[in-house]
Amino acid sequence: MIAAVLTAVVAIVAACSPVASPSPTAAPGTGQPAATAGASSAAQAPVTITVGVLRPGATQEAVDALNLQITEFEAKYPWITVVPQEYNWTAPTFTAALAAGTLPVVFTIPFTDGKGLIAQHQIINIDSRVRALGYADKFNKNVISNGQDTSGAIWAVPIAAYGMSLTYNRTLFTQAGLDPNNPPATWDDVQAAAKTIAAKTGMAGYAEMATENTGGWQLTTSTYALGGRMETVGADGKVTATLNNDQTKAALARLQTMRWQDNSLGSTFDYAWGTINQAFASGQIGMFTGGSDLYTAMVQNNNLNPADYGVSVIPLASSPTAGVLGGGTLAAVNVVTTDAQRDAAVDWIDFYYMQKLLTQAGAVADAQALKANNQPVGVPSLPIFDKATYDASQGWIKDFINVPAAQMTPFTSKIFDQPIVTEPTAHTQELYAALDPVVQAVLTDKNADINALLDGANKAVQAILDKG
Amino acid sequence: MGTLTEAIPAATRTRRRGLRVRLTRDSLATLLFLLPLLAVFGLFSWFPIIRAFVMSVQATNLVSEPTFVGLDNFAQVLADPQFGIAVGNTLWFALLALVFGFPIPIILAVVMSEVRRFRGLYSALAYLPVVIPPVVSVLLWRFFYDASSRGVFNTILGWIGVGPLPWLQSAGTAMPSIVIEATWANAGATVIIYLAALLGVPRELYDAADVDGASIWQKIVNITLPQLRSVLLITLILQLLATAQLFTEPLLFTSGGPNNATLSILLLIYRYAFQNSLGGQYGMAAALSLMLAAFLAVFTAVYYRLTRGWSTSS
Repeated sequence: MIAAVLTAVVAIVAACSPVASPSPTAAPGTGQPAATAGASSAAQAPVTITVGVLRPGATQEAVDALNLQITEFEAKYPWITVVPQEYNWTAPTFTAALAAGTLPVVFTIPFTDGKGLIAQHQIINIDSRVRALGYADKFNKNVISNGQDTSGAIWAVPIAAYGMSLTYNRTLFTQAGLDPNNPPATWDDVQAAAKTIAAKTGMAGYAEMATENTGGWQLTTSTYALGGRMETVGADGKVTATLNNDQTKAALARLQTMRWQDNSLGSTFDYAWGTINQAFASGQIGMFTGGSDLYTAMVQNNNLNPADYGVSVIPLASSPTAGVLGGGTLAAVNVVTTDAQRDAAVDWIDFYYMQKLLTQAGAVADAQALKANNQPVGVPSLPIFDKATYDASQGWIKDFINVPAAQMTPFTSKIFDQPIVTEPTAHTQELYAALDPVVQAVLTDKNADINALLDGANKAVQAILDKG
Repeated sequence: MGTLTEAIPAATRTRRRGLRVRLTRDSLATLLFLLPLLAVFGLFSWFPIIRAFVMSVQATNLVSEPTFVGLDNFAQVLADPQFGIAVGNTLWFALLALVFGFPIPIILAVVMSEVRRFRGLYSALAYLPVVIPPVVSVLLWRFFYDASSRGVFNTILGWIGVGPLPWLQSAGTAMPSIVIEATWANAGATVIIYLAALLGVPRELYDAADVDGASIWQKIVNITLPQLRSVLLITLILQLLATAQLFTEPLLFTSGGPNNATLSILLLIYRYAFQNSLGGQYGMAAALSLMLAAFLAVFTAVYYRLTRGWSTSS
């Protein structure tokens, strides 16, 4: 019966898919929407857009802050009605919604999905609309490239960038007799601190995500920190999988030691992004690696006690290729939309995501709305534009910062000295998915053969890469 | 010689004409009543099945135009290392579910049929887990299965000096843990069926056995089980079909882990379709769905053929 249901779901999704809907309005690479004329007159007609901005389970205060911003937007653009929707990007839910054409008009995707969605015309070309805003050339080139096609046309706008960080629980550090103002600076330090926390508090000293592709994501983070890479691109553009590199093996070997000799990883080995945040916020985890912007999600969804939160940079090896895995979020526009909706969508992206980074008025208005509803202001992030613009935006909101900034100093004072390395570019999520079972095996099987596991995963990923 | 029409008395002819008219009217009414059902069935059952056949020979991301690929999707599924793992895991689950999940409802039903007081209450209690939505059940049991020494089950086991057990956090114990929950969640429905069948067994058979001095075990083996044979055969095939389609539990409990130890065939179909955020391998998902459906259809046909003789009471 379930097989029939699954078959039906796949087929119904197929039946509802936007194959028959108008194709993206621009030919690839032209950067020109088909209907550019009359944008202003069309824009004055009433139009409604849905925006995926509410995390499921968001607190009422987060909803209130959003509603305040929507009211301000609708005052500025009285012909546009904004309908907020719950939205949280996960691979399975995104795939289904994309195929069925049920995504909101404006939605967000990780950097890793930008190129693929553009190549398959699964998002809309908004190049001329974004360039009309006047700041397209100010974007950090490495960041905006995630939302551009091969000709440089913009299909998605970067709205946030993060570097991976070492998130740690200051309260558990104190209980374990460690100095929360002096977090681990090397991986040996991390291992030692984890062992101490586990022994002194009974909680997991360190935890690793391992499901929903996050195992591969975090293993890649550790690999980068040691100087390794998961893919190499040849001069001819051919991508080769290098999952079985020495640094990945070393990272897994350390995890194996921490799990089976130090016994410092606790008893839960199937964490994903949401569940590890939840466990951390409830005081069950001493340290884990995650994005530097996690604080907001933990406050909005997990009732984090701010006093517990500490964040530092990821320890980097002395290798010249060692770096911090950097990622981020793109805002994109649904293919199944009218021209008026696309205009309104870019107006929303400009208002909601960009103005706070570019103008004092936008930054102050955003910060005021957030602070008025007890939402975090001043969470560490990386620049979308140049460093000077970033510094200026931080200055504008200085008086509104309500996060424990001092507890974030170990990260904010050092991150700009660390090289940021982008995620693997080809079939990223599939690469991460292939590494999930490897991480799980190391965490749950004392005799896991790291070399064999990585060789198997490498072979599987290479087969995917070869298919193109 | 007259014609056949002439041979039929006029009254009969009139009756038949009336019957034809009535039949036509009845047929129309029947068709009208059937239409909503046919529409719903056609839209949500037959049309997706036909679409699945079509998709199984296509490469499609459901956004771009699909391309015909022949039997490539079937070949890719068969060549996928995860396919063998998923088949093995599903068979392992089916075996465990058969060993533990099949006899438990029979035992419970036999015991409950012997109880005279509060039988309704026991039936309700047995059926209660079936009423709880599967997602709620799984999340509840996930909490129980906390692998730390503070977990509910591990705390209880700790009282008798056992554990803590890793439950879902180990490849060795994850599948048995899923079987325990699945048995708890699904046994109630089968218990009610067995109980109804048991209460239909003629009392005289047991009375005669008592006169002959039969023991309880002899009565179960020689009266109860033979009388339940038809029901047992039906529930067995239904259980086998259900176990072959294991999905909700591994998805919600373990996402198929650790290290694919609970990856079932249906979860693999789901992974093909939905794991890659850039558009799933819907063709492969459809191909594997059809392969599973074909296997289960053949298996069911063979099962019925083999057990046809057994299902009639001796």
